[in-house]
Amino acid sequence: MASELLRIATAGSVDDGKSTLIGRLLHDTKSIFEDQLESIELTSQKRGNEQTDLALLTDGLRAEREQGITIDVAHRYFATPKRKFVIADTPGHIQYTRNMVTGASNANLALLLVDARKGVLEQTRRHSLLSSLLRVPHLVLCVNKMDLVDYDQAIYDEIREEFSSFAAKLEITDLGFVPISALEGDNVVRRSENMPWFEGQPLLGHLEDVHIASDRNLVDNRFPVQYVIRPQSSEHRDYRGFAGSVVGGIFKQGDEVMAMPSRKTSKIAQIDTPNGAVDQAFPPMAVTLLLEDELDISRGDMICRPTNQPTASRRFEAMVCWFDETSTLRTGAPYQLKHTSRWVAAEVEEMRYQLDVDTLHRDLDADTLEVNDIGRIAIHTTSPLFFDEYRLNRNTGSFILVDPATDLTVAAGMIIGSGGEGTAEGVAPVAENITFHPSKLSREDRWGALQTGGATIWLTGLSGSGKSTIATAVEHTLVSSGRAAYMLDGDNLRHGLNANLGFSAEDRAENVRRVGEVAKVLADSGAVAVVSLVSPYAEDRDKVRAAHEEAGLPFYEVFVDTPLEECERRDPKGIYAKARAGEITDLTGIGSPYEAPGRPELKPDADLETAVREVLALLG
Amino acid sequence: MIDETQVRTPPVELTDLDTLEAESIHIIREVVAEFENPVMLFSGGKDSVLMLHLARKAFAPGRVPFPIMHVDTGHNFPEVIEFRDRTVEEHDLRLEVSSVQELIDAGRIKVAHELESRNRHQTVALLEAIQGGGYDAVFGGGRRDEEKARAKERVFSFRDKFGQWDPKNQRPELWNLYNGRHRKGEHIRVFPISDWTELDVWRYLAREQVDLPPIYFAHERDVVDHEGLLMAVNEFFPLPEGAEVERLMVRYRTVGDATGTGAVRSEATDYEAVIEETAATRITERGATRGDDRFSEAAMEDRKKEGYF
Repeated sequence: MASELLRIATAGSVDDGKSTLIGRLLHDTKSIFEDQLESIELTSQKRGNEQTDLALLTDGLRAEREQGITIDVAHRYFATPKRKFVIADTPGHIQYTRNMVTGASNANLALLLVDARKGVLEQTRRHSLLSSLLRVPHLVLCVNKMDLVDYDQAIYDEIREEFSSFAAKLEITDLGFVPISALEGDNVVRRSENMPWFEGQPLLGHLEDVHIASDRNLVDNRFPVQYVIRPQSSEHRDYRGFAGSVVGGIFKQGDEVMAMPSRKTSKIAQIDTPNGAVDQAFPPMAVTLLLEDELDISRGDMICRPTNQPTASRRFEAMVCWFDETSTLRTGAPYQLKHTSRWVAAEVEEMRYQLDVDTLHRDLDADTLEVNDIGRIAIHTTSPLFFDEYRLNRNTGSFILVDPATDLTVAAGMIIGSGGEGTAEGVAPVAENITFHPSKLSREDRWGALQTGGATIWLTGLSGSGKSTIATAVEHTLVSSGRAAYMLDGDNLRHGLNANLGFSAEDRAENVRRVGEVAKVLADSGAVAVVSLVSPYAEDRDKVRAAHEEAGLPFYEVFVDTPLEECERRDPKGIYAKARAGEITDLTGIGSPYEAPGRPELKPDADLETAVREVLALLG
Repeated sequence: MIDETQVRTPPVELTDLDTLEAESIHIIREVVAEFENPVMLFSGGKDSVLMLHLARKAFAPGRVPFPIMHVDTGHNFPEVIEFRDRTVEEHDLRLEVSSVQELIDAGRIKVAHELESRNRHQTVALLEAIQGGGYDAVFGGGRRDEEKARAKERVFSFRDKFGQWDPKNQRPELWNLYNGRHRKGEHIRVFPISDWTELDVWRYLAREQVDLPPIYFAHERDVVDHEGLLMAVNEFFPLPEGAEVERLMVRYRTVGDATGTGAVRSEATDYEAVIEETAATRITERGATRGDDRFSEAAMEDRKKEGYF
């Protein structure tokens, strides 16, 4: 009886028969028990309803039954031999957008209802936008109450067409339609005899067959560490396992993996599951990874592949849905943010715009969000998060915001990226497709006309090693001889281009990436970019080299290999003294590692004049 | 090196039971990682047996890193107490017992008569034990398919200083990001098997061959039909006048206070038969066996608001 689990989020306007449909699904799959049925039959009679009100099955709270409305997300369960279904039934009233978002967050499929007599309403559009925003992979629109329009195909076709053209503006990958009557049971579990013109499957068949296995991201390996298991018993003295749930990719025994934020690598020695060791783990398995080397990894760290890392950043852009009735979004106010297995302090740096969920209009003047509002914001966290875009991974791309004053979950967020103006999550990009604008000038033409040739000289080494002294001299010599050259000095750039970066491994990586990109542009323009940057990590430098190679630009790595003792003796900026005094904790060479280049193009002589000559010789 | 023969290659898809298992384990680990002092409620009933089994798997090969707590009404099936003690010993667990009887003896709980159902009194004992033990997270085996009010319950469910639940003011719960933040004196009830149905529980326990109290399987017992419930004839159930005692093959679908829990007719003596019966049954487990849930449509909601399981 092996079957899959399918999570469904349902939504619809008041009175369009959603509860009746769920009641019908439960009833016709024999998932309602007799005592439940008796109880609602009794209540229906008391109220003077003609038919048993199946909606009563899902309205669990006293206030809901009294007012005849659904207040909260209710979970319902039914199963067929093919699948087990979990329905998150969310109310359709305007004030409960947050419940729909909640229900949709885990759903494989969104089930929307429209009343055949009323067609596509504002709420239908809102619910489909929310499904798209939350990236529910499949959407089914049920055109309900077909019995009340004489099972007329023309009406169904018209609604189908109208909704299709609206849905085209969203990012919905799989869209299905079923004409039904929940009350009469047409096309719910059994094919309707009243609508012979409908050739598709009844709703249940659709739910049983929709293909969900490939909705998961099986490419980008992501494993947020939840808990470290160290039994410290005599039997398992050396056992040190990293427990967590796989949220992306397939982890295999023997795979090389990297832990963020330390960026240390090791190999997977063993994968333990609740049911014994396996040789591969994939989403949503809860497993325990054992590594070959003893790495310092704790809760909140992320295990990935060295060649495929999530973005590590303290700044990112996100779409958020505001949940809290008692407060509004405040820029600059402190929030607690939970992402994977990490809690970090966060602040909303900027409100970009509010999204009108009915018209998809972006209000750029909005400066706050209230309950049920959706908007785009820029967030800044105290320590870096390791994330992917929500569109690529619903687990590593999502977060919640909690107000530390009340401990309430005030917002849910979906990460768009680490910066820049992109698109609104869930809304198809229109004019914002980022394309590469080719210049009309070829590099050959440009360099030829200017009688020059661009290149990047990358000086790496410890602070105080003499990089800037060499770079300044090289720049001066080149410009004096009539050749365009420009020095990119790490310290100077931190005042401007990189002013928002610190000295963590992630920020250093970003620092190097940015300087590398600027160097590339300068080199492409025909100038010689002379970079003077500690750039302590081999991987970051190698990425810059790769980027140059890809662009067909010369790249020369120059390793200014002055011993630490000598740098410390010189200490031109007094930072080694501060580091030794404990005032700086992450100085390269003292508290932070420096990875020397394996094969630099040049290790210049200790004498300045010789060094400059050697560097210039690289350019030919 | 690992012995190749011990390593399985599963398909890249999980079955429904494996998915439920993974989700529950994720929740249990999350609690242990984020809370200072969790405790797991354990009645010896099948849901708490399942929950404990999942907790053992979540931290294997380590021990379960929290104590278990039994709220003892004093009206017990002896088979269940025996099972409880055996389980504790077998898995090297720490057991806390919160006794309703002790609170009655101390005058903290008033009972109308000795044999009234103590289901509702458990709430007092539970809240006192949570406060006394300084527990900040309390695992419960509640399932959303059990009852209408439970269908609206969160996985992480906030309780105020008085242990109360406010159903209209619950924290939204998205993805698998749980918000367990709370102040001193408040606590979070955690329901790791929220999404399991009765049938899922049985199928899984059968698959794992988990040991259960014997009263879950069909056995011969003297019972009387009392207001539609098959009540066992024992010290906790005084025979109503004119009651007819029958010896029947019965089993229990739930295990609660012995004065209020009825048995069902059954021939199911093993897992396979119980699953067949559960799949075919047309009455909910609470409707079939619990006197306490039949008072009103909102009986469970009211008890939950007060702090019940």
